[in-house]
Amino acid sequence: MRVPTTRILWLAALLAALAFPFLTDNLYFLSIVITAFITAIAVYGLNVLVGETGQLSLAHAGFFGIGAYTAGILAVRFDLSFWLALPTAVAVTAFLGFLVGMVALRTRGDYFAIFTLGVGVVITGILDLWEGVTGGTDGLIGVPPPTRIGPLTFESLEAQYYLYLFCLALTILAVRNLSRSLVGRTLLAIRNDEHLAEAIGINVGRTKRLSFTISTSLAGFAGALYAPFLGYLGPSVSGLVMMFNMLLYLMIGGAASLAGPLVGTLLLMAATQGLLAFEEYQLLILGPLLVLSIIFAPTGIAGLVNRIGQRLSDRKTKPGPSAAPSSPSPKNRARPSHAPPHAEAGN
Amino acid sequence: MLLRTQKLGIDFGGLKAVDAVDLVIGAGAVTAIIGPNGAGKSTLFNLLNGFHKPTSGRIFFEGDDITGLPSHRIARRGISRTFQTTRLFPTASALENVLIGYRMHTRTNLWDAILRTPRARREEAECRDRAMRVLEFVGIPELAPLPVGSLPQEAQKRVAIALALVSQPKLLLLDEPAAGVNANETAALAELIRYIVSSGTTVCLVEHKMRMVMALADTIIVLNHGQKIAEGPPDQICSDPAVIEAYLGGRRDA
Repeated sequence: MRVPTTRILWLAALLAALAFPFLTDNLYFLSIVITAFITAIAVYGLNVLVGETGQLSLAHAGFFGIGAYTAGILAVRFDLSFWLALPTAVAVTAFLGFLVGMVALRTRGDYFAIFTLGVGVVITGILDLWEGVTGGTDGLIGVPPPTRIGPLTFESLEAQYYLYLFCLALTILAVRNLSRSLVGRTLLAIRNDEHLAEAIGINVGRTKRLSFTISTSLAGFAGALYAPFLGYLGPSVSGLVMMFNMLLYLMIGGAASLAGPLVGTLLLMAATQGLLAFEEYQLLILGPLLVLSIIFAPTGIAGLVNRIGQRLSDRKTKPGPSAAPSSPSPKNRARPSHAPPHAEAGN
Repeated sequence: MLLRTQKLGIDFGGLKAVDAVDLVIGAGAVTAIIGPNGAGKSTLFNLLNGFHKPTSGRIFFEGDDITGLPSHRIARRGISRTFQTTRLFPTASALENVLIGYRMHTRTNLWDAILRTPRARREEAECRDRAMRVLEFVGIPELAPLPVGSLPQEAQKRVAIALALVSQPKLLLLDEPAAGVNANETAALAELIRYIVSSGTTVCLVEHKMRMVMALADTIIVLNHGQKIAEGPPDQICSDPAVIEAYLGGRRDA
């Protein structure tokens, strides 16, 4: 009963997204939404690693930067078409992600977070200091918009909007299929308990490296879309502010959920825009908002909506004593008693 | 003979948690490992399934040397285990918890998953099917759709056993299967273990509940301070002076 509701919501969101350019002629709004779409792709990547595999990486913005700069440099310095620069940037980011993952995943928990934080800082440092290639602090200027493909041109912002929307939809579809598959369940098993996962024959090390590579590939993909959209790149695209913003979008939206990254990114980016007038005081509003949401909705907005939906559908199906289909137990097997577990000294 | 260890030992910075243990687990039988707290029983299990690498000795499974293999490779060879405490995913259903246990026999990769290839669909259906059948086997098919966290302790233990069984292991290691459940539930779990053995899976268990051990085990191995101090059928172990001394304490420093 709840599955169709979710499907209707997704369909409505898609229709709204398709109609959006016709509803506004404010190009500023349009560019904000495009930025949110691109950022959301990166946040989906973060969700695979942080939300589903339970590995808190703080290098994600760094890989976003690598993707952006790779695509930007290829376009500016080598005149490569966007349609070649994009897959190249994704491949480069995936490869570097794989290498970093091999080393970083030898650490666990907090150490992994700290290690990857260091990786992110190093990446930003390289983008900042390798002036000959990256343009240094001045940045990389003049990244052209996506080149035409057949009859489709991407000169106008509206055309770019649909291109980025398409990329986001593709990402969501891929991530949805992934998280519902056996591969996705394998990631969740690792998040739940690494020892148990090992004991049931899962190669935890290899699976974590896979997850890290998927995650960085999506960061690179988002970055490679960001470069031609913005037209200009500075080292801050990979910086800590970007990193913690992505993490914030994920946590507020709801980690390990399909809608969470999108909802969190759109809502918080819109909120940041709305609070722009308050200048430096906007943090005074965003900060407490964050604290409140972590207290009252630790599973994010998606988790909260899910819980409310569950409660509503529970109320509707109340008449039945239990949702479980009662199939007859095999012969002499005793039904488990529902007595409280007997407290016996374990071990 | 399914599994054999040869002078198996592990040294934690000078402490010999398991010390030169020779043991044999016969196929189709129930082997119980008992001993006072800290005797090294769980450490022995961790050695057998590869969580710890032994610092001395060797482990042979079906005649092959499996010493030092990573635990996921040992699991793939057919040694499965449960844990003292439930490590299941509390918010996922019993079925969802169990089906991932069959993952080791599937080959769905990243591209299968993203593109939802026929293989991905087929293998997922197969996992569900296997999981459902093993939940029936352990006697809780009606609990399949319920979140594991909402189930009583004994049912959770059955789910954990189902997860260990779904890959169809040759050897099942049960670490205190009856910890934290009452007497009736203990009897029901003992019956389940007998049922598992009768269906062809060899069982080795660590357990503190003596009545259960005496009724179930074909062979009992007694550990104390990491060393094997006795081995034999239950009635022989009961009257073994070394065992009685280890449990009741012959001298104050024992």
